Amino acid sequence: MTALDQVEVKEGVDQETVDAVAQLSGAYKYGWNDDDIEMDYAPKGVNPDIVALISSKNEEPQWMLDWRQAAFTRWEGMSVPNWAMLKVADIDFQDLYYYARPKSMEVKPKSLDEVDPKLLETYKKLGIPLKEQAILAGVEGAENDLPERKVAVDAVFDSVSVGTTFQAELKKAGVIFCSISEAIREYPELVKKYLGTVVPPSDNFYATLNSAVFSDGSFVYVPPGVRCPMELSTYFRINAENTGQFERTLIIADKGSYVSYLEGCTAPKRDVAQLHAAVVEIIIEEDAEVKYSTVQNWYPGDEEGKGGIYNFVTKRADCRGARSKVMWTQVETGSAVTWKYPSCILRGDDSQGEFYSIAIANNYQQADTGTKMVHLGKRTKSRIVSKGISAGHAQNTYRGLVSMHPKAKESRNYTQCDSLLIGSQCGAHTVPYIEVKNNSSRVEHEATTSKVDDDQLFYCRSRGMDEEEAVALVVNGFCKEVLQALPMEFAMEAQALVAISLEGSVG
Amino acid sequence: MLEIKGLKVDLEEEEKSILKGVDLTVGAGEVHAIMGPNGSGKSTLSYVLSGKDGYEVTEGSATLDGADLLDMEPEERAAAGLFLAFQYPVEIPGVGNMTFLRTAVNAQRKARGQDELSAGDFLKEVRARAKDLKIDAEMLKRPVNVGFSGGEKKRNEILQMAMLEPKMCILDETDSGLDVDAMKLVSEGVNALRSEGRSFLVITHYQRLLDHIKPDVVHIMSNGRIIKTGGPDLALEVENNGYADLLAEAE
Repeated sequence: MTALDQVEVKEGVDQETVDAVAQLSGAYKYGWNDDDIEMDYAPKGVNPDIVALISSKNEEPQWMLDWRQAAFTRWEGMSVPNWAMLKVADIDFQDLYYYARPKSMEVKPKSLDEVDPKLLETYKKLGIPLKEQAILAGVEGAENDLPERKVAVDAVFDSVSVGTTFQAELKKAGVIFCSISEAIREYPELVKKYLGTVVPPSDNFYATLNSAVFSDGSFVYVPPGVRCPMELSTYFRINAENTGQFERTLIIADKGSYVSYLEGCTAPKRDVAQLHAAVVEIIIEEDAEVKYSTVQNWYPGDEEGKGGIYNFVTKRADCRGARSKVMWTQVETGSAVTWKYPSCILRGDDSQGEFYSIAIANNYQQADTGTKMVHLGKRTKSRIVSKGISAGHAQNTYRGLVSMHPKAKESRNYTQCDSLLIGSQCGAHTVPYIEVKNNSSRVEHEATTSKVDDDQLFYCRSRGMDEEEAVALVVNGFCKEVLQALPMEFAMEAQALVAISLEGSVG
Repeated sequence: MLEIKGLKVDLEEEEKSILKGVDLTVGAGEVHAIMGPNGSGKSTLSYVLSGKDGYEVTEGSATLDGADLLDMEPEERAAAGLFLAFQYPVEIPGVGNMTFLRTAVNAQRKARGQDELSAGDFLKEVRARAKDLKIDAEMLKRPVNVGFSGGEKKRNEILQMAMLEPKMCILDETDSGLDVDAMKLVSEGVNALRSEGRSFLVITHYQRLLDHIKPDVVHIMSNGRIIKTGGPDLALEVENNGYADLLAEAE
């Protein structure tokens, strides 16, 4: 990540943003494809054999295979959901690869020399610092001379996790951070206890498919009372062509613990749309707190809307214990299609859920995103701040549910939904669903729609900023509340991304 | 410094001529005032010089130190040393005043091939300038012009001017909406910036601003033309007699 060694961001856009944008000027930065990395594919299509193959590649126990097969059987009877405000061409689910991994990863490398240099090259291009690359490749001693602010990284390349950094140091604190395939092998009791308890295998079409074919992802367990000593981060990259990426993330914050988790995504430019259907489950016990931040920068397709990632993701946090807290922050700038509703089940009394979102859709991108706040416990609180930005021919929908159950006495929700339009061909939609089933709860909803104003741009330009700087400044101002909710490293990257993804949208 | 010759300008949207041949020369270090009745084209002149969209120059030229202003983008004019203090400064929600200033200062420095001001130097500079204009730290943190009073907005314009150090400053009715104290504060801010190398074009309806910012030359504008040019006394004449006599004289 380029922003690792950056200094703190103060307010709104900063000079650094402008510089970053200038550096990155031009189109999608992560659009190269590493076609010459030798890949190991399972045959196209999905069926019980493929499910079994994925399971055996990951050396899974029987119970895991059974779980997958049950999900697959259920999936066969399900149909694609079509309630979202999205126009998506039919996906031929039998024409995709469900498993692809770099050949060099068949046996985990013991030293840097054993890692395919092309794979390392990919990390380098992604901006993951060189030393972390060494750690990712498992080189001993590499952990000792890193900068003070540490971020542990798990990198997932197509179907497999290629390495996790700082595992030893995290272990000292009792934190488990590894790939989910490793967790299934090493910590089966934990996985068994929690997997599928927040997003059950029957949840929805994409989540069920994911349950059957997920190939890898990240696993985090923070034991009681432990404050995770560093940020945890996962990088997902889809590289192989015609490949679906189905990663599964499971985060458990035990009583009184705290963890901040970052997720970043990129993909190469391809003419053909690629499918990404991930599931993230978070379990938060009594007095624990989890922050989950995403900067989603999947390839959005070209200016004519060709190619790009179809992003169908199910993310849900279960605030099981009393006074537990979860905060989702997402910056969605990529994907041709985004279908994503990170949700909070506020089960524990006095638990809190927050959702901060920036969704940017330019050219022919479509985004249907929002959240669900399900208030079950007493005095639960939720807050939603959604900033949707549409430019070009894009359509951007906020869809959110706030539900106050009969027992959720004296609960509160505050929702703020702002939409910003750039140009006259795009659309912004707000679809709030509100259910209140008790008489002591309070729900507030505010929504605004505005356009980037020519007068604002002229004002900025008359002070010496060029048009792109001016747009970046105005838009970052619009997004400020959400950018402030991001961890520092991500805030920098997010600001730059906001500017880049809107390039060419004015003038 | 600023040289305008035979400038004719139409509105882009409709066939309407606003400026009908303006000639104006402002020398280095001079302060010129433009007065005139509503609709005479004063604000249009300031917008055309700073490069706002919506106007079409049909004839004439405008140069700053010999460089063709009309050929430049608004940001290039700014980097060349032109500054417009807006009559109605624009609000930019969510963008801190300090961030805005720093982005602007560094954008101009970059355009001129200078190094960016470090965060420390910038802070020192902005605090000193803000203090002179009685702009407190709180106001520097607030989003640009959002929730500012009329007086605060105008003081903020002068702060921007002080930070950007332009050669040619245009003040478009900077006195409108100001009470006596605020006008004094703003005028002091402007006067502090007067120097040999810096010129001002002060657009105003009222003589009272010119009591504080003493002009070298006063122009009267009417119906898209400058109809009379004189010394500071000309402003007093307008104050006492109105524009009627001057307009009649011009016809």
